[in-house]
Amino acid sequence: MTSAKRMLTGNMAAAWGARSSNVDYVCGYPITPQSEIVETLAGWVDRGEMRAKFTNFDSEHSMLAAAGAASLTGARTFTATASQGLIYGLEMLYAIAGWRAPIVLVNVSRGVGMPMILQVEHGDVLAARDSGFIQLHAETCQDVIDFVMLGYRVGEDRRVMLPVIVNMDGFVLSFARERVEIPEARAVSRFLPEYEHPTPLLGDPEAPVAFSPTTTDGFVYSYFKHQLHLASIESKKVFAEAAKDFSAAFGREHGVVEEFMTGDAETVFVATNSYSSIVRSGVMALRREGERVGMLRVKMLRPFPSEEVARALGSARHVAVYEQNLAPGRGGIIYPEVTEALYHSPHRPEVIQSFIGGLGGTQLGLGEMRLMLKKCKASRADSRLHEPVLLFRKEDSDRLAEALRLAGTAPGTASAVRKHAG
Amino acid sequence: MQADQTAFRTMKDTPAREYLVSGSPLCPGCGGEIALKLALKAMGERTIVAFVPSCFGLLTLYPYSSMKNSTLFTPFACGPAAAQGIVDGINIRVEKGEIKDPRSKVLVLTGDGAAYDIGLQSTSGAIHRRLDFYYLCYDNEAYGNTGFQFSSATPFASATSTTHATESTPGNPLRKKDLFEVWRAHRPPYVATVAVSRPVDLLRKFEKASKIRGPKLFIALGVCPTGWGSEPRETVRVDRLAVETGIWPLKEAVGGRVVHTYVPRRRAPVEEYLKKQKRFQHLFSPKENRGAVQAIQNAVDSYWEGVSE
Repeated sequence: MTSAKRMLTGNMAAAWGARSSNVDYVCGYPITPQSEIVETLAGWVDRGEMRAKFTNFDSEHSMLAAAGAASLTGARTFTATASQGLIYGLEMLYAIAGWRAPIVLVNVSRGVGMPMILQVEHGDVLAARDSGFIQLHAETCQDVIDFVMLGYRVGEDRRVMLPVIVNMDGFVLSFARERVEIPEARAVSRFLPEYEHPTPLLGDPEAPVAFSPTTTDGFVYSYFKHQLHLASIESKKVFAEAAKDFSAAFGREHGVVEEFMTGDAETVFVATNSYSSIVRSGVMALRREGERVGMLRVKMLRPFPSEEVARALGSARHVAVYEQNLAPGRGGIIYPEVTEALYHSPHRPEVIQSFIGGLGGTQLGLGEMRLMLKKCKASRADSRLHEPVLLFRKEDSDRLAEALRLAGTAPGTASAVRKHAG
Repeated sequence: MQADQTAFRTMKDTPAREYLVSGSPLCPGCGGEIALKLALKAMGERTIVAFVPSCFGLLTLYPYSSMKNSTLFTPFACGPAAAQGIVDGINIRVEKGEIKDPRSKVLVLTGDGAAYDIGLQSTSGAIHRRLDFYYLCYDNEAYGNTGFQFSSATPFASATSTTHATESTPGNPLRKKDLFEVWRAHRPPYVATVAVSRPVDLLRKFEKASKIRGPKLFIALGVCPTGWGSEPRETVRVDRLAVETGIWPLKEAVGGRVVHTYVPRRRAPVEEYLKKQKRFQHLFSPKENRGAVQAIQNAVDSYWEGVSE
């Protein structure tokens, strides 16, 4: 396949994903670290390099409302946001899924305040996990462009008709330049058919449509919710078909999960998004030291690929679920999903341990990988339900202690900034 | 006035065709329902209604719809933003040559809660973007669908379920937000108030607006027997009193210039309107609150003093 290869940031790759997918309509509203996506698309549209309409909105909530509604008219629609913006528009995510409007939304993951931060944490995208959106989480800039195209292909399939979130990590991927293959228009047209809504909202008096009427009875509500669930489940099968065609058209393989050196692994690290690259290199380093380790990267978070996860982890003795989010009072959000997938497995791992790190873009490296491996090996079967282990580097801990000292607060107290604020 | 250019001279000219059919689950005597009925008659069959949670959320109730038009039910705050998506989406498809121009119009339909409060930002955005759409707010001066709680459209001294009339407070202590002026400050090409007791005025305003591109905004008084404690059979009478007392001025602004389309020759005292409604009952019994009634009268008088025509 001859196609252009360029050095692109994750954000640029997202914009190219939209452009390659021939989107008709882009709804924009700025937020760090996403803004480069809508800036790029607006520039292309303004200069006539991309045939689409771009509209600036007054908030993410409005932006998402317009994106969903436009999709119902039969226009292929793209939008992007991050963090606070995704949460501000959260109500609309449920509405768009309920409208069965197959838009693609790129979320550039960033921690959700307060306290405010610009760097990555997955609390934003995981808060949207039950909205009905399909979720594809990218490791590389190439993933971003691929997932946008796969998103339209799967979401617009009549068996699915669901919106899709493509997630990438803020800063770490959004501003990282990688070599990315931009697909050829001819290959795209083979892979991605024109979007056709079966009952478009056009105001034609001969074909009136009433989208999302109110339901007052539980049985009607249950029916529509169940339909949403079934469509999401179905999307996994449709994704597999699409991935086959994708491979034929572009020569790249995509599955709902990726197994890396799991075959004979005693300990498997579960990871998502861009830090998977760090985990992957950690696995290779540990292998060189003679450790039988592997990685399972979950690419599709919704629908959750329980069977694939269980199959990939079924022969491991230890499973280390590494994740970059912290649900207060719960721990990691992905950990219980992995654990549930394994509960019904005939070969359940002895240890499933939760690890949390990389919050706000803090570092992960071989040191943390070693620590996770050590903890797993030291754990016994009866320790499965232990607290999550919070990964925190010595250097970060020292810097924190210094910050607390400057704020006039002793380490370990709950309201570390009280004196500073006063 | 260009009355000679209108298709609506008397009530008999009201189009016979119904788009809002009978048998809706709305309360008896709903003033907003009449306003919508008339608006849809004026706008016609190619109208797409984007509406939000309100009493009118019940107009499509699976598996039924009370409207013959195409509809999209959206969350509370974003009717005008959804309208932007519909208009943009259709225009894109027409430009691409995928569809023939459906010549459709988009009507955003909300109550006052969405229009005055939670949806004001998305409305501001849509007007500012010069979106070619209609907005009809049926203003029943409170959150009617949830049990008549205070909204910023609630008039001074109205009792609501969250502004109680007590010995020390005469219901709502705040004055009604002037949405007409808030909208007009955005310089939309057309903005008007309407009342169902003057249907010809209402029909003509929609007719006039239909010739204008851009945001066309209407606030209709929505007499609400359930929330106001008025008699359902007296809805049009109460509506007329709102107009004749001068409490509900009928006006329009084309290109920003305000013109009153009906000026009551001798304004009736506000008591005549207030006494018809239980929400103002505490102003008259057990003893009269002359101060509050006078304040309402003064506000009306002072408004009309500023009207030059």
